[in-house]
Amino acid sequence: MNPDASTIAAGAPIEVDLSPVAEGQDIKVFWRGKPIYISHRTKKQIEEARAVNVASLPDPQTDEARVKSGHDQWLVVIGICTHLGCIPIAHEGSYDGFFCPCHGSVYDTSGRIRQGPAPSNLPVPPYQFVSDTKIQIG
Amino acid sequence: MSGPSDYQPSNPALQWIERRLPIFGLMHSSFVAYPTPRNLNYWWTFGAILSFMLGMQILTGVILAMHYTPHADLAFKSVELIVRDVNYGWLLRNMHAVGASMFFVAVYVHMFRGLYYGSYKEPREVLWILGVIIYLLMMATGFMGYVLPWGQMSFWGATVITNLFSAIPYVGESIVTLLWGGYSVGNPTLNRFFSLHYLLPFLIAGVVVLHVWALHVAGQNNPDGVEPKTEKDTVPFTPHATIKDMFGVACFMLLYAWFIFYMPNYLGDADNYIPANPGVTPPHIVPEWYYLPFYAILRSIPNKLAGVVAMFGAIIILCFLPWLDAAKTKSSKYRPLAKQFFWIFVVVCILLGYLGAQPPEGIYVVAGRVLTVCYFAYFLIVLPLLSRIEKPRPVPNSISDAVLAKTGSRSTPMVSTAILLALAGSLFAGSIDSAKASEGSDTPPGNKWSFSGPFGTFDRGALQRGLKVYKEVCSSCHGLSYIAFRNLAEAGGPGYSVAQASAFASEYKVKDGPNDAGDMFERAGRPADYFPSPFPNEQAARAANGGAAPPDLSLITKARSYKRGFPWFIFDVFTQYQEQGPDYVTALLQGYEEKVPEGVTIPEGSYYNKYFPGHAIKMPKPLSDGQVTYDDGSPTTVAQYAKDVTTFLMWTAEPHMEARKRLGFQVFVFLILFAGLMYFTKKKVWASSH
Repeated sequence: MNPDASTIAAGAPIEVDLSPVAEGQDIKVFWRGKPIYISHRTKKQIEEARAVNVASLPDPQTDEARVKSGHDQWLVVIGICTHLGCIPIAHEGSYDGFFCPCHGSVYDTSGRIRQGPAPSNLPVPPYQFVSDTKIQIG
Repeated sequence: MSGPSDYQPSNPALQWIERRLPIFGLMHSSFVAYPTPRNLNYWWTFGAILSFMLGMQILTGVILAMHYTPHADLAFKSVELIVRDVNYGWLLRNMHAVGASMFFVAVYVHMFRGLYYGSYKEPREVLWILGVIIYLLMMATGFMGYVLPWGQMSFWGATVITNLFSAIPYVGESIVTLLWGGYSVGNPTLNRFFSLHYLLPFLIAGVVVLHVWALHVAGQNNPDGVEPKTEKDTVPFTPHATIKDMFGVACFMLLYAWFIFYMPNYLGDADNYIPANPGVTPPHIVPEWYYLPFYAILRSIPNKLAGVVAMFGAIIILCFLPWLDAAKTKSSKYRPLAKQFFWIFVVVCILLGYLGAQPPEGIYVVAGRVLTVCYFAYFLIVLPLLSRIEKPRPVPNSISDAVLAKTGSRSTPMVSTAILLALAGSLFAGSIDSAKASEGSDTPPGNKWSFSGPFGTFDRGALQRGLKVYKEVCSSCHGLSYIAFRNLAEAGGPGYSVAQASAFASEYKVKDGPNDAGDMFERAGRPADYFPSPFPNEQAARAANGGAAPPDLSLITKARSYKRGFPWFIFDVFTQYQEQGPDYVTALLQGYEEKVPEGVTIPEGSYYNKYFPGHAIKMPKPLSDGQVTYDDGSPTTVAQYAKDVTTFLMWTAEPHMEARKRLGFQVFVFLILFAGLMYFTKKKVWASSH
């Protein structure tokens, strides 16, 4: 009952062009049926993400570990709440990150869990920069 | 099923079979000669009611499966086509969907009855555990059935529930992938759920056979909790229990029919009339009502794994009930303390159910935690403790003694229950205020609709005018894709003739093809064609309308609702109020205001609407006075347009509503007569036994 061959083939890597995404904006793309949020973060958002004491987080992880160095403004996360799989809404909640409307989990500008029942941060999908304005997810 | 039978059929053909397979003897000893305690009350008829419901679900389900398509792109539409085009499809669908709820109503009564009268105690432990297994199977079946229509709640309910398994350490993620058959809930998930939804009811039927077998070996419990000793304590199953069960089933069918014919959508969620969309999570994900107490337990625990464990634990704990409650006295009738705690437990379950439907914030979270503790405390603290400290009242020597002493029974005042109910009442009252304050949009005002109530019919004039408003105004952005031109000439609709519907259809250009040259071409519409949509796909609709796709209007009056709140949702069952959708749509069309109130900011490209959730709507004010001309002299005002087009859209959402209500009346007349007949027959049969 595991995924069949066509489902696996359809889950091959995809390329996303980032050039139309302005600072402060984000886009949602689908990969393997999952929504992937790609946020072009502002300076303020990056600073907020880096100013917290990592040890105080429920799932400690630095912002640097969650983005690709040299491309710090780009946050790429799987937009599925780690609690029970709803899609969080971007730019909502008290940490200017993501807010899940189902059971009230709040994520910060680095997609890390800050408040609510979700056990861990929004996962970062496997991806790399093909060029400065293009990434490959998968 | 209890031992060899000495039954001999008189017919020689049956005798021939009986010698080779003693099936008639089995039937005779199980359902005819079987001794049943003579003091059983009506709570004992729920076993028969449950068998009836299981049969009903399997029968309607098998027929529905003949018309249903288990594919992510087609499932939603195929359900709509069942309701619209299959002969009595609306009836089958309502019977099956409402039947699931009624099945759970009956099973909860049955379980609480077992709890109250101690039916799980020695020697009925296995019987009880088999019952818990049936209940678990029912929950799985019900959940997978709810996924099949592939609406928004189906999809997101499936996502949330399958994700519960990801909480299991180490193997959780692989289990979830196995359930999905992919990387997320999708077409493979729908396919396997359909397969399992078809399989599980037959497993249930199998376990029911074991359940009945165990029942007939151990014998039925009874309200006094003393085992039958002599023949005077029992009566033969047929005709005594049979006729009583038939009366019980007839009464239950009245309730069932009330929902099938008059309130088919009351127990469902409006969001499930919106096709599944993996990109948008509905603001409130609420499971079906029968899972709500367990959902509340899940949400009240802030840790994911612990929450899932608590939720499943709340059901599994029932298996251990025979050993948690060691009291020798079975029936709570003779246990003054256990009786009171039982009723408190019932209230706790109902309150948990109420909380499961509320947003997880503020007072609801705190209340949920308190009640979760109460739920588990009942099983883990109260029952074990009571069996040690409680002094039960003396039980009668035998069932016949109990029946004779019945006249002298006194009712205990249940003070604690009254206090608890009062507390619950104030909790409800408090929660309404907070809920009202937190909601941003105004409640739409009620309207007088010609189609409301048990004898409601559509106003033909309003339907025809509403069609005109749709055609001249709405149709430039909104589709009506489930309505074919032929529907306009069908009974219970706008009342056009077949020729008029054909003429109406021919005014439209419909895309067809490919022709022999392989090209698509346009031709005049025919009655069998559906209303063409203004945009080729959702993305085009979105792009042309500033990012918000205008929804298809076929189902809009059933897909929109607003929260009625306590206590209105209880009154609605009796008043048959189910016009939230039409009230909302008509209010929305008139809810535009030029002046934006203070404190509300409306983004560029949006408009202020008093009744739209969040107030910022992308649709500009669609109607203005005098915009559409009416031939019948009706006022050409926005209010009239709104009302007419809403009536029309109510018909598009529920084209067989008139047939439904008409048949409902006939069914009610029949059922009331049937139940009366059963009641008097039952009285006659039991006259000698009382």
